[in-house]
Amino acid sequence: MTQESGTASLTLPVGQRDHRRGPETAPVTLVEYGDYECPYCGRAYPIVKEIQRRLGDRLRFVFRNFPLTQSHPHAEHAAEAAEAAAVQEKFWEMHDYLFEHQQALDDAHLVQYAVTLNLDKETFVREMTEHVHANRVHEDFLSGVRSGVNGTPTFFINGVRHDASYELETLLAAIEAAMSS
Amino acid sequence: MSLDEDRRENPSAKDEPSSALQPGTQAPDFTLHSTPDQSVSLSEFRGQPVILAFYPADWSPVCGDQMALYNEVLPEFRPFNAELIGISVDGVWCHAAFARDRKLHFPLLADFEPKGAVAKRYGVYRRPDGTSERALFVLDAQGMIRWSYVSPVGINPGADGILTALEALKTKEIS
Repeated sequence: MTQESGTASLTLPVGQRDHRRGPETAPVTLVEYGDYECPYCGRAYPIVKEIQRRLGDRLRFVFRNFPLTQSHPHAEHAAEAAEAAAVQEKFWEMHDYLFEHQQALDDAHLVQYAVTLNLDKETFVREMTEHVHANRVHEDFLSGVRSGVNGTPTFFINGVRHDASYELETLLAAIEAAMSS
Repeated sequence: MSLDEDRRENPSAKDEPSSALQPGTQAPDFTLHSTPDQSVSLSEFRGQPVILAFYPADWSPVCGDQMALYNEVLPEFRPFNAELIGISVDGVWCHAAFARDRKLHFPLLADFEPKGAVAKRYGVYRRPDGTSERALFVLDAQGMIRWSYVSPVGINPGADGILTALEALKTKEIS
C-alpha cells in the first residue's frame, strides 16, 4: 500500500488515565503532546492558558507527555516529576510550574519545586529515584507516535491533529470551528 | 525492475521514475558516504528490514524535528530488527555536524555527488529545489519496497506509517 496524505487522529482516546482540565461534557477536547523542556511548548503554554480562560467550561484540556530526550536532557525527569505530583493530586500545579521554570529542570530543581508545591518530599524523591512513572511517560509517548505526533507541541482537537500553527488566533479559531461542527 | 551495472553507475534520465517507487518494486541498490571515510551500501542490510528516510536538508527546522523524532523512536524500530537510514543531498561534513548537534544514533547518507542521484532513482528528487522530497520507504529483508510515502515537503510525516508498515511485514512473515 502507498499511503496518501491523511489526517492523523488520536489512537488512544481521552480517558480516566489522562490529566484533564475542564468538564467531561465540554464540546471540545484539546489534547497536547508536549515536552517540558521544549521551547516551543513553552511558547504554547500561555496560549493554551489564554484559550482556557476565554472558553471556560466549553473546553476540556488534556496534557500527555512526549519528551524528546535526545534533544532535551531534562525532559524525561521533568515529565516523571509531573506524574509524581499527579499522584499527590498536584499535576496541574507542577505542569504549570515546570513550564514557568523551563530553564531550570535539573533534578535538584525538580525536588525544590516539589517542596514549593507542598508535595510530600520523601515520596516524591523515592518515586523519582525509582522511576516509578517512567512507564506511564513512555505509554504517553508511544500513544503519541501512533497518533502521528510529529514534533512538540502537537495538538489534537476532538481527536484530529491540528496541523496549522498554534498561535492564539489560529488555534482558537480551529477550536471554535470544532465547537460549532 | 533490475538495472544493469552500467546504468547503475551512470544513472541517466531513463532511470528516473516520474514518481516515488511503489510497493512491490525491488529497491535499487546504492553506495553513499556516511562519513568522509566510510560508505554504506544498501545491499549490506539484506536480511533485515530497512527504513529509508529521504529528507530535503540538514538544519531546516522541520527536518530537525523529523530526524529528532526518529532518533527518539529508534528503540521502537529495534524489535523489528529494522535499520533506519537518513538520506539528503547534503555533504558528509554537513551531515557530521548535524548528526553531532542532534545526537543522532543512525546514519545519514550524503546523496551529494552526483547530486541527488539516489533520490532520482527512487523517484523522489525535487528538481526545482535541488533537494529530495520528504519520502519514506520501508523495505523487507529481501530489499523489496513494501511501503512508500511522500509527505508534503513542509509536513513532518511522523513515525506511525513506518511502524504500521513494519508490523505488516512481521505479520506477513509469520503467516
